[in-house]
Amino acid sequence: MSKPAAASAREIDASLEDRGGASPLQGARRLLRGGLGLLVSLGLTFFGLLLITFVIGRLMPVDPVLAAVGDRASVATYNQVKEAMGLNLPIWRQFLIYAWNVLHGDFGTSILTARPVLEDIRRVFPATAELATIGIVIGIVFGIPLGVWSAVYRNSLLDHVMRVLGLVGYSVPIFWLGIMGLLVFYLQLQWVGGPGRLDVYLDGEVPTVTGMILVDSLIAGDWEVFDNAFSHVILPATLLGYYSLAYICRMTRSLMLEQLNQEYLITARVKGVSERRVVWRHAFGNIQVPLITVVALAFANILEGSVLTETVFAWPGIGRYITTALLSADMNAVLGGTIVVGLVYIGMNLLSDLLYRIVDPRAR
Amino acid sequence: MSVRGSSLEAPGGIRAWLTTEAPGSGWQAACGRAYLGWRAFARNPLGMVGLGIVVLLLLCAAFAPWIATADPTAQDLSLRLQPPGAAHWLGTDRMGRDTFSEIIYGSRVTLYIVVLVLVIAAPIGLLVGSSAGYIGGGMDRFLMRITDIFFSFPRLVLALAFVASLGPGLNNAIVAIALTAWPAYARVARAETLAIRRSDFISAVRSQGAGSWRIIFRHIMPLSLPSVIVRATLDMAGVILTAAGLGFLGLGAQPPTPEWGAMISVGRENILDQWWVAAVPGMAIFIVSLGFNLLGDGLRDVLDPKMR
Repeated sequence: MSKPAAASAREIDASLEDRGGASPLQGARRLLRGGLGLLVSLGLTFFGLLLITFVIGRLMPVDPVLAAVGDRASVATYNQVKEAMGLNLPIWRQFLIYAWNVLHGDFGTSILTARPVLEDIRRVFPATAELATIGIVIGIVFGIPLGVWSAVYRNSLLDHVMRVLGLVGYSVPIFWLGIMGLLVFYLQLQWVGGPGRLDVYLDGEVPTVTGMILVDSLIAGDWEVFDNAFSHVILPATLLGYYSLAYICRMTRSLMLEQLNQEYLITARVKGVSERRVVWRHAFGNIQVPLITVVALAFANILEGSVLTETVFAWPGIGRYITTALLSADMNAVLGGTIVVGLVYIGMNLLSDLLYRIVDPRAR
Repeated sequence: MSVRGSSLEAPGGIRAWLTTEAPGSGWQAACGRAYLGWRAFARNPLGMVGLGIVVLLLLCAAFAPWIATADPTAQDLSLRLQPPGAAHWLGTDRMGRDTFSEIIYGSRVTLYIVVLVLVIAAPIGLLVGSSAGYIGGGMDRFLMRITDIFFSFPRLVLALAFVASLGPGLNNAIVAIALTAWPAYARVARAETLAIRRSDFISAVRSQGAGSWRIIFRHIMPLSLPSVIVRATLDMAGVILTAAGLGFLGLGAQPPTPEWGAMISVGRENILDQWWVAAVPGMAIFIVSLGFNLLGDGLRDVLDPKMR
């Protein structure tokens, strides 16, 4: 997972090199062209997302009409339902209708919950957002300093420990680590809460405002619920945080190593700048921009990791929604969930791209 | 130019023949290159550990019937959930199946997944990447746009959606994983192609009248192959983890096929009192993924021309 990011950070760096020294007018034109290019690529990616999910939906070996009417229906009923479902239309018309519906937020109705898929997703998404946000915060808060130190104290004990932790993170199945974590910290030590977001007796105690229980309980001023929710979220969030920590640390380290070999640091040292300032102000200052991309990618990876984590921890988020729907062949729900996760993915890429342009004057 | 003349007569025999600076044939040169690559690789202890793990996996898969102590699918409800001991080295699961034998036979499933994903995804990636890089222009933009679209999906979610539609099962899981794996290889192959397409030897071949496809198949793809192999080896851990995840969710191999991810899901039911039932297959997945990661890192150091 780290390879494309490493490449992209370097590619972006390379593409930045030939952008220096433009007049303001040229700069504005370039910004406009860049913005247009971004829009076009965004539109094409979204189109691809729709196309892939549409194809996946049609791949199904089960005849959707037959599934709806049952195998004892007459031919007339069959044809009628087929027409009603729009399946007698040419395939490109079907795709256009599908795209039109999705663009209007209509993902169809879930077989499982008998509610519109969008409504379901709106209900489960905050749980995932809560989990992923805490995970990424853990990843950033620990991953970045550890990565910087690993680069500064290269080949030290810390560097080796971080490398091992990273290797383990890339090799261990996250759902297994979750199960083992539950066994040790919940069943044996009872340090944390078990599966789910809250103990059952506290369910529905605080009114839903944002859907994130930690935030909602703060709004309601209910500390008991906050405590309980925190004890439930901390283990899965730490787990996800560990994976992003390993990734962020590794990327920070390699970005820092590139900077630490640069001559401007020698200049700074010769001028008498303290070592701490050299590292954190000069070298780290220069990697902040590519780090944005790294963090965005880490967040996207957390979203992916949350699918299995949510299943293990019975966390009622979008990952669990997709896997539950999967097992009951609820295609509308699966595709709706996939599109939403894909959209968040695209959104993270877009966000990092935009931040990049804002933070780095050379990219304007 | 120290070693000259007939190298077979030089002291050192086979080693000198391999390391000669004036190989007598293309075959000798290839052997020599492989030998030097091996020596560079062997200097990396972690890479050797990785290789050892992968070789162990191969041996387990090849000799499973001789290593396993029991039939991995044989159920004996009177012996369910036994702790590890002399009769059942790693205990038994809730159907009374011998966990050790299941792990050993499971290596076949893991290997089957890894090899098939590689056989499906690597050629696609190689072909797409090399064509995009060599032909360039609109073709390049079109192919890379498709690659980007696949990249804009989280891999596991895409694989899940494919399996949802194709139906659960080992082969469908493999197809789904392969469909999500090729874009990474395409990018690597394209980068390699861009680096060599302007080389003199390509111009020479072209001036002799070779067509684009001949150049791509005979001259570009063989040179891009090492990078794709390294990328694929690094990817194998990811493939194993994704396959295990699908198995865990009940979408991959179906029982009684001894698949490690599915075994974890079985063991999860009895986690409180018989934790080893879930712990052991997880360790197996971890060790094998680690092996592929270490091997991939070692291979990259040797084969990646940019690192030399």
